[in-house]
Amino acid sequence: MERKSASLYKWLATLAFALISFIALFPILGLIISSFRSSSELMRNGMSLTFNLSELNINNYSYIFTQASEYWNWYGNSLIISTLTIVLSLFFSSMVGYALALYEFKGRNVLFVLVLFIIMVPFEILMLPLYQLMINIQLIDTYFGVMMPLIVAPIAVFFFRQYALGLPKALMDAARIDGCTEYGVFFKIMMPLMLPSFAAMAILQGLNSWNNFLWPLLVLRSNDMFTLPIGLATLLTPYGNNYDVLIAGSVMTIIPIVILFLFFQKYFVSGLTVGGVKG
Amino acid sequence: MLQSPTNDESRVRVPNTNKGQYSPNPNPKGDKKQNRVIRFLNSQKVAPYVFITPFIVSFLLLTLYPTIKAFTMSFQRVLPGQSHFIGWNNYERIFNPTFYKALQNTTIYVVLTVVILVVVPIVLSVILDSKLVKFKTLFRASLFIPSLTSVIVAGTIFRLIFGESDASAANQIIGIFGMEPIEWRYNSWSAMFLMVVLCCWRWMGVNMLYFLAGLQNIPKELYEAAEIDGANVFQKFYYVTLPFLKPITIFVITISIINGFRMFEESFVYWETSSPGNIGTTVVGYIYQQGIQQNDLGFGAAIGVVLMLIIFVISIIQLLLTGAFKRSDE
Repeated sequence: MERKSASLYKWLATLAFALISFIALFPILGLIISSFRSSSELMRNGMSLTFNLSELNINNYSYIFTQASEYWNWYGNSLIISTLTIVLSLFFSSMVGYALALYEFKGRNVLFVLVLFIIMVPFEILMLPLYQLMINIQLIDTYFGVMMPLIVAPIAVFFFRQYALGLPKALMDAARIDGCTEYGVFFKIMMPLMLPSFAAMAILQGLNSWNNFLWPLLVLRSNDMFTLPIGLATLLTPYGNNYDVLIAGSVMTIIPIVILFLFFQKYFVSGLTVGGVKG
Repeated sequence: MLQSPTNDESRVRVPNTNKGQYSPNPNPKGDKKQNRVIRFLNSQKVAPYVFITPFIVSFLLLTLYPTIKAFTMSFQRVLPGQSHFIGWNNYERIFNPTFYKALQNTTIYVVLTVVILVVVPIVLSVILDSKLVKFKTLFRASLFIPSLTSVIVAGTIFRLIFGESDASAANQIIGIFGMEPIEWRYNSWSAMFLMVVLCCWRWMGVNMLYFLAGLQNIPKELYEAAEIDGANVFQKFYYVTLPFLKPITIFVITISIINGFRMFEESFVYWETSSPGNIGTTVVGYIYQQGIQQNDLGFGAAIGVVLMLIIFVISIIQLLLTGAFKRSDE
C-alpha cells in the first residue's frame, strides 16, 4: 500500500510540473503558431486557443525575408551592438575583477565595496543626467552611446573577481620568474584559466544587450539605428500595418537565443544567476 | 639584492649614452623615458592600478558624475545651453496626483511580485528537488526559457493572449468558467494583473534556480534526523528547509524589490507612456514621460532623486529586519 501511494504522488508531482512547464512555454509556442497565421486578424482578435490547420501559411515569413529590409537593419544593429558589448565588457571587466582578486594594493577593499554599491544603484535614476551627457558629447544615435553603460559591468566585475579568487597565485610568480610582464601574466596565463567564467558572462552581457530597452530608447533616434526591441516596439501601435513583421520578427528574435540556450545551458544558468555566487 | 636598482639604472643609461653612435634614433632621451615608463607600468605595485583603470573611469563618468548631476539638475530648470537654479520648485511639483498614482502602482507591483516570486519558486524548487519528480532537467529548462525573451517580445505575446476580443485565449479560458470577456488593458485591476503576470512569467524559472542552488547546501543528515524525531513533511520543510534558504531568500527579495521599483518596460509594452487613468503608470515611466517626452530634465531628475531615497530607505529597513548588519559583524 505504502509503495502504491508513493508512486501515485510521483505521478501527480510529475504531472503538475508538466502542466507548469506547459504554461511557461505556452506563450512562446503560441507566438510561433501565430506567426503562421494572418497577422492583422491576430492583432484584431488576439491569440485564440483554437485555429484551423488549413489557415496556416508562411506569408509573414516570406514578407519579412523579401520586403522588410528595415527589420534586417535592426537585426544587424542588434548583432553589432551585442557583439561589441560582449567583447569590450568582457575584456575590461575581467581585467578589473582579476586585479581585485589577485593583487594586494591600496584601496582594493574600497573599490570592491564600490562595485557592490554600483550593482545596487538602479540605472534608471542616473539615466537623465547620462542622457544629457550623451547629447553634450554627441553620442546620441550612435552604437557607442548605446553600449557605454554596459562596457564595464559591475556585476561582471564581481563575477570575474569571485572566479579569479579560486586561481593559484603561485602560477603568477612562476610566470614572472620566467620573464613574463604583469600584463603577459594576465593575458597569456591567467585569462585562459578564466575562460569558463567568460562563457557565462558573455551570455549575461549578450542577453542584456540584446534585450536592452530603456537606454537604447533614449539614445537611438533614427529608424536605421534602432535595435530589435526598439524597432519592434514601434510596430506595437493600434494603427500599424506591419504586424507581419512584428509577429514573425519577434519569433526570429527569440529562436536563435533559445537554440543557443539548448546547447550551452550550463553557461546560461550560471550567467543569469550571477548574484547567487557565494562570497 | 639591494644593488639591483642601481644596476638597472646603469643598464638603462649605458645603451642610451651610446645610442647616438649606432642608432638612428634622434631622440635618445625619449627612448630612455619610454623604457622607464614601461618599467614603471610593469611593477607589481602599479600594474593593478592599470588593470582597474577602466572601472575607475566608468565609475567617475557613468556613476559619480550622473549622481552629482542628478542632484544639481533636480534643483534646476534645464534648458538647452543654459540652466538656472529654481530652488525646491521641482520637488514641490512632484507631489501631484499622477505621481501618487505612479507610486501606488509601483508599490503594489513590488509587493505582489516579491511575494509571488519568492513563495512560488520556493515551493516549486522543493518539489522539484525531491525524489518525486521525473524529467527534472527538462522541467528546469522549460521554466527557464521565458527569461531569455525581451520584455517587448514577451509583452507582444501577452497582449495577444489577453486581447480585448471574445476570441482571445484569456477570454476563451475565463469563458469556460462562465465569466464575461474582460478588456484586460482597460481595467485598473487587470492592468496590474497583466504587468505582474508578465514579470512573474519571465522570472519564475530564474528564481527557482536560485532556490534549487540553495537547497543543495542542506545536509541530507538533517532530514534523516528530523525523520527519526517523527517530523512530517511540513515540519521538515518549516524547521529544516526554510532556515537554510534564508540567505538566498533575502537575496531574492532584495533584487526583486529593486527590480520592481525600476519597472518600466512591463508597462510600456502594454500602454507605451499613457495609460487610461494612469492605471499602468510607474515611477520610472513618469520619469521618462516628464524628463524625456516633456523634455523637463530637471523635474525628471527630481523624481529620480525621490525614487532613490525611497529605495534607500526600504533597503535599510529590509537590512535591519533581516539582520544583515549583525551577520557582517561576525
